[in-house]
Amino acid sequence: MSLEDLYQEIILDHYRKPRHPGQLDDGHVEVRHYNPVCGDELTLGLRLDGDRVAAVAVEGKGCSISQAAASVMSELVLDRTVPQALETAEAFRRLMHGEGEADEEVLGDGIAFAGVARYPVRVKCALLGWMAFKDAAARALAGQSGGETVHGGSD
Amino acid sequence: MTTMRTTTGQQAGVAGTAVALDALATRVRPDFPILERQVNGKPLVYLDSAATSQKPVGVLDAMHDYYTRHNANVHRGVHTLAEEATHLFEEARGKVARFVGASERATVFTKNATEAINLVAWAWGLRNLRPGDEILVSEMEHHANLVPWQLVAKLTGARLAAIPVTDAYTLDLDALDGLLTGRTRLVAVSAMSNVLGTVNPLPEVAAKAHAAGALVLADASQAVPHVGVTLGGLGADFLAFTGHKMLGPMGVGVLAAREELLDGMEPFLGGGEMIRDVSIQSSTWNDIPWRFEAGTPNVAEAVGLGAAVDYLSALGMDAVRAHEHAVTGYALDRLAEVEGLRVLGPPATEQRGGAVSFVLGDVHPHDVAQVLDADGIAVRAGHHCAKPLMTRFGLAATTRASFYVYSTSGEVDALVGSLDKVRRLFA
Repeated sequence: MSLEDLYQEIILDHYRKPRHPGQLDDGHVEVRHYNPVCGDELTLGLRLDGDRVAAVAVEGKGCSISQAAASVMSELVLDRTVPQALETAEAFRRLMHGEGEADEEVLGDGIAFAGVARYPVRVKCALLGWMAFKDAAARALAGQSGGETVHGGSD
Repeated sequence: MTTMRTTTGQQAGVAGTAVALDALATRVRPDFPILERQVNGKPLVYLDSAATSQKPVGVLDAMHDYYTRHNANVHRGVHTLAEEATHLFEEARGKVARFVGASERATVFTKNATEAINLVAWAWGLRNLRPGDEILVSEMEHHANLVPWQLVAKLTGARLAAIPVTDAYTLDLDALDGLLTGRTRLVAVSAMSNVLGTVNPLPEVAAKAHAAGALVLADASQAVPHVGVTLGGLGADFLAFTGHKMLGPMGVGVLAAREELLDGMEPFLGGGEMIRDVSIQSSTWNDIPWRFEAGTPNVAEAVGLGAAVDYLSALGMDAVRAHEHAVTGYALDRLAEVEGLRVLGPPATEQRGGAVSFVLGDVHPHDVAQVLDADGIAVRAGHHCAKPLMTRFGLAATTRASFYVYSTSGEVDALVGSLDKVRRLFA
């Protein structure tokens, strides 16, 4: 297990330059997800057009893995339909748990996180953004406007 | 002081300061087999002793010897093995009691320091606190010396207040004066912070607490291993500490107390060993300390802790403290060279122990710890079970390096080298 497996250039790039930072003025949903065990947090704003992700923004504080993964997520879900985005979320989850073959077509820059699977403690960091997206999408489709989720040690 | 870097990267003062600094560690390291390990292809640099200490062979041998030659249940048997096991167990209690200047009768074995504090909260607190009574903790407490008081305060109607921590990382003694009232029944405070390294002025705090009519519980989990403290020396009524941070095994902790106080307390856990006579409806209690040791104790662990006390006593706590002072001082000097690194805790080594928490620019402690781990360096990243303290300083987490008897200046150099890598990776 080398450090390069974990901290690939793509990850550091997303960490330094998140792709969709900030908040949405005209979002439908805003959710805040927080992992008190390590202090990673992020606020995700989402606007849907039908079932298509029209706009997404992520504001957060935390370790490089959590923030970079959230940035990659924001890039992967934008302009996709929610079902398509959820498929990508599932592919990323499988990547984190070392399950099956990784599809670079589906995962895009997410493929850079393949090394995280070898560091179980950091898997939760990488999944935080995706959990927030799944939560936000579900709430948006249900007509809700937002919520706050605190993740526990057993997540 | 002129310094020069040797080819191995170790800084050495012209006067051979590094040699002197590392004298104790060089002597003891061969006793700690785990320090021979490689991690990720590099020699292990274990800088997490505040989380748990490594164990010398003597401690491991004592436990192995117990199980291979003397194992039996204690206090009940007539047979020889039972007598031997009981003797070893009580002998360990004696060693531990003498180490902290407490009487054997008032030295209770628990599972850990957390359980020792819970013992006081439930056996003393629950039965003695009335609505409106006050418990004083501090902002720098480990959750073990905070949460039990929250639980008991809720049940009894007592109020919980906290002594603030100053910007200089010390207890605010002026604020303490204001917080002590006629209703204060207990002041529960750390003898040495596991995050800041701050050594708290327990004798002064205890004098003020006693003058206000309150009892004092000292969480000495860091202090006993690193500084050597006594119940009377701190002025404490209760002293809680744990074996695994002082070269002993996990699974054994200690509550030492003033004898009269413990003698007047009702039980904590009920079961065998802590009773005298039992009928269906009621039981009578054993004498102290056994009244507070329900069920079969962790005998091997207690024996291991006794061996740890022997080991530390042989080194001499003065020598242990001096070594830690030197290594921590060296670490603080070297860490000051790392750009963007800020240490949390008192700067002067006289006022602090070997736990050094820091933040490195904007880099998240998890990322710091991850890079260090790739170099075989073990530090801890997170809130260190002291979330209110993190909040006090506006932080979610810090990275913490902590030193003990086997820590060397070379390990400090390795830490600093790796931190430079972190800076460059996340710049």
